Amino acid sequence: MAAPGVFGGLLRRLGGFGVRVRRSLHTSPAMSVQVTVRDALNQAMDEEMERDERTFILGEEVGQYDGAYKITRGLLKKYGEKRVIDTPITEMGFAGIATGAAMAGLRPICEFMTFNFSMQAIDQVVNSAAKALYMSAGTIHVPIVFRGPNGASAGVGAQHSQCFAAWYGHCPGLKVISPWNSIDCKGLLKAAIRDDDPVVFLENELMYGVPFDMPEEAQSPDFLLPIGKAHVERTGQHITVVAHSRIVGFCLEAAAALAKEGIECEVINLRSIRPLDMATVEQSVMKTNHLMTVEGGWPIFGVGAEICASVMEGPAFDYLDAPAMRVTGVDVPMPYARNLEELAGPQVKDIITAARRMVTGKEESRATA
Amino acid sequence: MFVATHNGPQFVCGQAPPVDGPMGQRGTYAIQCALQALWLRRNLGARSLADFASEATFDVKPCLLHGLESAPPISVSLSREDGLLYYKQMQTIRRMELKADQLYKQKVIRGFCHLYDGQEACGVGIENAIKPTDHLITAYRVHGIAYLRGVALKSILSELTGRQGGCAKGKGGSMHMYFKNFYGGNGIVGAQVPLGAGVAFALKYQGLDSLCVAMYGDGAANQGQIFEAFNMASLWSLPCLFVCENNQFGMGTAVERASANVDYYQRGDYIPGIKVDGMDVLCVREATKFAADFIRSGKGPMLMELETYRYHGHSMSDPGVSYRTREEIKEVRTKSDPISLLRDRLVGSGLSSVEELKEIDVKVRGEIEEASQFATSDPEPPLSDLTSHIYKTSLNSCIRGITPWQQLATA
Repeated sequence: MAAPGVFGGLLRRLGGFGVRVRRSLHTSPAMSVQVTVRDALNQAMDEEMERDERTFILGEEVGQYDGAYKITRGLLKKYGEKRVIDTPITEMGFAGIATGAAMAGLRPICEFMTFNFSMQAIDQVVNSAAKALYMSAGTIHVPIVFRGPNGASAGVGAQHSQCFAAWYGHCPGLKVISPWNSIDCKGLLKAAIRDDDPVVFLENELMYGVPFDMPEEAQSPDFLLPIGKAHVERTGQHITVVAHSRIVGFCLEAAAALAKEGIECEVINLRSIRPLDMATVEQSVMKTNHLMTVEGGWPIFGVGAEICASVMEGPAFDYLDAPAMRVTGVDVPMPYARNLEELAGPQVKDIITAARRMVTGKEESRATA
Repeated sequence: MFVATHNGPQFVCGQAPPVDGPMGQRGTYAIQCALQALWLRRNLGARSLADFASEATFDVKPCLLHGLESAPPISVSLSREDGLLYYKQMQTIRRMELKADQLYKQKVIRGFCHLYDGQEACGVGIENAIKPTDHLITAYRVHGIAYLRGVALKSILSELTGRQGGCAKGKGGSMHMYFKNFYGGNGIVGAQVPLGAGVAFALKYQGLDSLCVAMYGDGAANQGQIFEAFNMASLWSLPCLFVCENNQFGMGTAVERASANVDYYQRGDYIPGIKVDGMDVLCVREATKFAADFIRSGKGPMLMELETYRYHGHSMSDPGVSYRTREEIKEVRTKSDPISLLRDRLVGSGLSSVEELKEIDVKVRGEIEEASQFATSDPEPPLSDLTSHIYKTSLNSCIRGITPWQQLATA
């Protein structure tokens, strides 16, 4: 059992020397463990499949291959072919089959190998799944989860790097989630599976292998997080920084660096794209008077655009000391060459300079001047 | 002329009038019709079983087969009860669609309106071969199917007129009607077929002895997603009956101009298929029973092509004569009308009479008229329905309206 932080590291090293270290030296009431995003997602699906027999998984390579990104590892072995189904490479067909199965009483988890491929099936997601409850005035509901990696990866080029948060976030009838860390993934995927509406669950491939502390309460099979509620990852009084998915981690890094210059960032992890938790954002802006949104996706008609427009229309506008600003991916298809790819998406340094400029009026730090 | 039968005196109308008589040919014919009516009215109480045959046998066109060794029977028995039921159902759909045509021209129905007249035998034959516990999904030409699946006439017509009494409270419209075990009503051509395969998947997963009928047209038959559904339905042996209603035209495009292969019943390739006379309700019924038995025995999906015809254009915006001739439409009406075909059989075999069927016609007209009255007088849905049924579990109590300060309550 790993213990957290520096002390845990010390314990492990001492243990490696054959020294017996008694755990009573470090008494913490809650036992948290390190869990990767991948394992958190896997646990969420495992627990929900155990809890409800109607829950099943379908998608390409989810079974015998253990998942293209190993998110469904071990589930075929545990639950069998009836509940973990390998599909042919026919997104429109299997997304439609999954949606029909949901209409007829099952609770499918439909995996898109990446959300880029969901474009082939988007008619089923939007016109069949999202709108059915409304068109039928409540007769048909669709308890389905569409999940898979979204947004930029590393070196995969233009057709495999698009962020679909804005596309799906646009549609009434869908709930859209974009988690960041392991707790987010565990609690929100479980909530998504239990939700009776169609949920689009946007993961991030580069986060799959990243471990996070999972406190004891998050290890419970009943641990759920509320869909539609953002989480303040770091409090601060100078600027509200709003992000979703992997970029949240970049913002926290930037916040740590900015803190040394006396600029305190309040970092908000949206967790959900639809519904968007504007109440949390507005409350923060009314405290900090500055708003900066950060996303990996394209700028035009994006998530940040929606947040800024909403703030303009709401109570927080009067508290802004500067126009709200978006930090986004560059408005280009994703290039392959590493140097260009790095320039195409917001890096930690970009977030630092943008926040510094908004708060101090300058891009360079006073400390370095 | 009066024909003495063991069922009592039977005047067979529709035959050539008697050659001679005191008041001339037509006069004698008229007198004899009146006498028949009088006789029937007097004997109303003792009618039905004593006057009519209880069962008759008819020949239907043999089906074309693909990948099958056996075929549906070509000699079909029909009970009087079933005969009257099918007649009433087909006539109801016919009159309902004609009423919809009328209401559309009066601008009480708006937007899309795709009518089923001519195709009645398809829906009625299928519904009477499957069970209420079987499931069904179809495309947008759905009014008749919705009625057969159990939606009340007034709920259908008031959905068309966009009133709160509509089966989707006026929020769906012509193309979006749903019921228990019935999934619409789908506006995107072909999308309903993978959905139907998915319903079949759920039925098999839950261990139910039910199948799903997934209907589509000749226009949809070339959709890629249909072949994707065929592939998975066959791989996973789903209890799905794919039904192609071939009414010869995908909107304005004749089948030969749209499909490199117009043998739609063969397009399932590895899925066995049958081609059925879709104008004959008995042929459709027997073929569907045959297919349903096949599927229920666990042998996997089947494809059924129903050769049929629609009298109206593709929708109410299509006069339907720019791509076919009026003569063609008239010819089908005269020679192959599904209701006439059944009427001739019922009367000719003694299962029913012209008089009795006319009574059913009158009754049906009355029911349609009543439903239409309701549909034109029922109020439109309340404003709160604009924002209801977006989510089964709403996470917010309000949604944004037209302007930022308009926060609309949502349920």
